[in-house]
Amino acid sequence: MIRKITYGIFLGIIVAALILFFAAFPFGKNKMAVGKYYLQNDIKQTGAANVVTAVTLDYRGFDTLGEVSVLFAAAAGVAILFYVLEEDKKKREKQVYPNFIVRVGSRIIFPFILLFGSYIFIHGHLTPGGGFQGGAIIASGFLLLYLAYPGERVNRNKLAIAEGLAGLVFVGLGLFGLLTKGNSFLFNFLPKGELNMIFSAGILPIIYIAIGFKVASEFAGIVDDMMCEAICAGGEK
Amino acid sequence: MIYYVGAFLLIAIGIYAIIIKKNLIKILIGLDLIASGTNLLIVSIGYVKGGTAPIFSPAVLGKAVKMVDPVPQALTLTAIVIGASEVALAAAFVVLLYRHYGTLDIKKIRSLKW
Repeated sequence: MIRKITYGIFLGIIVAALILFFAAFPFGKNKMAVGKYYLQNDIKQTGAANVVTAVTLDYRGFDTLGEVSVLFAAAAGVAILFYVLEEDKKKREKQVYPNFIVRVGSRIIFPFILLFGSYIFIHGHLTPGGGFQGGAIIASGFLLLYLAYPGERVNRNKLAIAEGLAGLVFVGLGLFGLLTKGNSFLFNFLPKGELNMIFSAGILPIIYIAIGFKVASEFAGIVDDMMCEAICAGGEK
Repeated sequence: MIYYVGAFLLIAIGIYAIIIKKNLIKILIGLDLIASGTNLLIVSIGYVKGGTAPIFSPAVLGKAVKMVDPVPQALTLTAIVIGASEVALAAAFVVLLYRHYGTLDIKKIRSLKW
């Protein structure tokens, strides 16, 4: 009974919110305040063709560093929850491999997934895309490999090195801009270049490549933890 | 307009799943639906009628084109990836709960009485 009452109350809140929302934010009307400034000044201030990238990495670059840290915290949480001592790990006696087509097909497709993911995060300042999306694509390639070869495991040390280096590049670029050239963290100290060229927008592509590596290695680590939980079967049970 | 309704429907379905369903996996799906609905809502707030993507590609450069608000898109961009990792973390908790209690039913998990 009490559950149904609670449900009714929640439903009422949602309907009320919907009506209030339609009244406050009419759909399709131009209600930009900050966005207008970004659209007008993007080309001469950052040199990035993609305004979304400029907002993510330049105007709000410090927030993005925080968001990457949240991502790291979540990945570390998964790793801690699934932590199993090395000697407790028992391999399954009989590895069940998927069929031939999945195994061979994953080998053929995996380099193309890597290429596509890299393309997405290298062109993050020109096209819709960027480090977060490209990293997720690359991690999905790792998931495919895990599904095709359940017994194999990725080298976690190399993942940790890639992740640490990427984070170091992000923070290092920010500190370099702060200490030498400008007066703010993540100051864009490289030349802006020509609009819509691959070498443009200063440090933005470098940061997005670093974010791409970081997201890819963190998601690959999460995938590895979950697959190991299903296959290594260590600990109590 | 349809985006607002869709976003609110997604959020409502998610809240329904969290309140009514007993299975932890279904509650997790509800959580993810709420996240998706919120992202859709934020992006559709920034829509401007007749606007293009906020990218100064050669096709639109120099012309007077309307562009949609880039700020909600930049917010959603990171929120999607963070939402995915949060769902992974929640799934890890569900796995541990199942291993400890041997069930996914929240009525049978002792410390989660409703």
